[in-house]
Amino acid sequence: MSANLSAILYLVSGVLFILALRGLSSPETSRQGNLFGIIGMVIAVTVTFLSVGNFSSGFIYVLMFLALGGSIGAFIAYRIPMTAMPELVAGFHSLVGLAAVFVAISAFINPAAFNLGTPGNIKLASLIEMAIGAAVGAITFSGSVIAFLKLQGIMSGAPITFKGQHLLNALLLILIIILTIYLCSTQSSNLFWILIAVSFLIGFLIIIPIGGADMPVVISMLNSYSGWAAAGIGFTLENTALIITGALVGSSGAILSYIMCKGMNRSFFNVILGGFGGADQTTGSQSKEQRPVKSGNADDAAFLMKNASSVIIVPGYGMAVAQAQHALREMVDTLKKNDIKVSYAIHPVAGRMPGHMNVLLAEANVPYDEVFELEEINNDFANADVAFVIGANDVTNPVAKTDPQSPIYGMPVLDVEKCKSVLFVKRSLSPGYAGIDNDLFYKENTLMLFADAKKMTEDITKNL
Amino acid sequence: MEIDPFIFRLSIFILSIFVGYYVVWSVTPSLHTPLMSVTNAISSVIIVGAIIAALSGSEGVVFSSSSIYGFLAIILAAVNIFGGFLVTQRMLAMYKKKKKDK
Repeated sequence: MSANLSAILYLVSGVLFILALRGLSSPETSRQGNLFGIIGMVIAVTVTFLSVGNFSSGFIYVLMFLALGGSIGAFIAYRIPMTAMPELVAGFHSLVGLAAVFVAISAFINPAAFNLGTPGNIKLASLIEMAIGAAVGAITFSGSVIAFLKLQGIMSGAPITFKGQHLLNALLLILIIILTIYLCSTQSSNLFWILIAVSFLIGFLIIIPIGGADMPVVISMLNSYSGWAAAGIGFTLENTALIITGALVGSSGAILSYIMCKGMNRSFFNVILGGFGGADQTTGSQSKEQRPVKSGNADDAAFLMKNASSVIIVPGYGMAVAQAQHALREMVDTLKKNDIKVSYAIHPVAGRMPGHMNVLLAEANVPYDEVFELEEINNDFANADVAFVIGANDVTNPVAKTDPQSPIYGMPVLDVEKCKSVLFVKRSLSPGYAGIDNDLFYKENTLMLFADAKKMTEDITKNL
Repeated sequence: MEIDPFIFRLSIFILSIFVGYYVVWSVTPSLHTPLMSVTNAISSVIIVGAIIAALSGSEGVVFSSSSIYGFLAIILAAVNIFGGFLVTQRMLAMYKKKKKDK
């Protein structure tokens, strides 16, 4: 296949990837978008086979490994529960990162296969691109592995900090730049290996100080990195499909990180440097005063909701942990039978990744046109009779609007307190991730329902 | 003077960032999770590099030091391609509109 023809076909697959993302602007077009993505991938892989044109015994092995990886991937995709989506995405990011590292290593060992020169005499530009691709890939890999372990609960979600952490990271980053410069002048393979090792280390160090609820930012950030790594490799291979895709994924991840940071009213650097979590958490629990709360049972909750004409549900990470989404939908079905208007309010950072709650509700067959974003629904709380907060905490805390001293001051929150009454399903009075007390617990019109989210929801349904 | 082909690739790269920027802002927030899984799947187009690397062995030598890395990368990228697209499809299939008869 001629180089020009394959370049055009790579461009076609790049365009199909753009259309795949474009499709996600609405759920109706999204399935078609995914199809475009798959076609784009098939074109890219086929073109590569045809342009390499080497159908020797190696080709059989390529197909075998492709089938092996593919069946592992397909198996995971069908088996994974929707609540585990953040872990899955983090895991997948690590694979892209590692694949980028492997491709860079291979290109470094055998540059002739990629038309980049000969070993020890690689074109300067290619060497820089390769080094960037490998370094970013390695950071993506080790960072994603840590994120995966934290989300999976294998590693504690608490931030791990030590003295001189930021200084060490900064030094390592400078070291990477120095290594790249030396690598370019000496072409030494030892430097290349050290560069990769240091990058692995820095990925690890960047993610360990970041706490569980900041994961939406981290996952988006790693998403972005995996894109830049792919783009770096794309420049090395002079492949348009990879460059386009890398740029798309890179900017997509960056935008998601931005949206997540805005949802917490924190700067990107504040999150990356491990801002809140550790220290605040301890002071928060110490200064907790004993204030009276009203607590109730499923019967009271059912009574309140039965007499309401509109109910707004506020789900959070706790719903995912308790796997309460199906029970919740059953409760809502019962409410609807009693002619009660029900809608869902989703905070941008609810859950552990962007859009986490929406997927869980969709899994429980909640129609997506009943689910609203913060800006769309925040004014409706004042007119609603009951707000049902299930597994959310900080995102409902009115302190963010009233107390400039609070660490979450300025964070956009759901105006839950404006509802006539608030039902708050929670296991205990413990503070949320930000480590601060939620004023909402002590409000006159709040009824605390201390129980497991799933069990409580089921009990309420029985009582309705 | 002739323009280095690198400049063309850089242009594609920069313009794609802008395309990505506008396309991603138009993604509805409720589909942000599928967005992440599908970007994951498409970034595995890095498999084209892995295939070239894997087939780089000289005549008769399938597994050379450089092609082994290619084969490993093929497995990783393949997991991601199939896993990413299928899980996205599974998720998207769940997004339903309200039934009209309700």
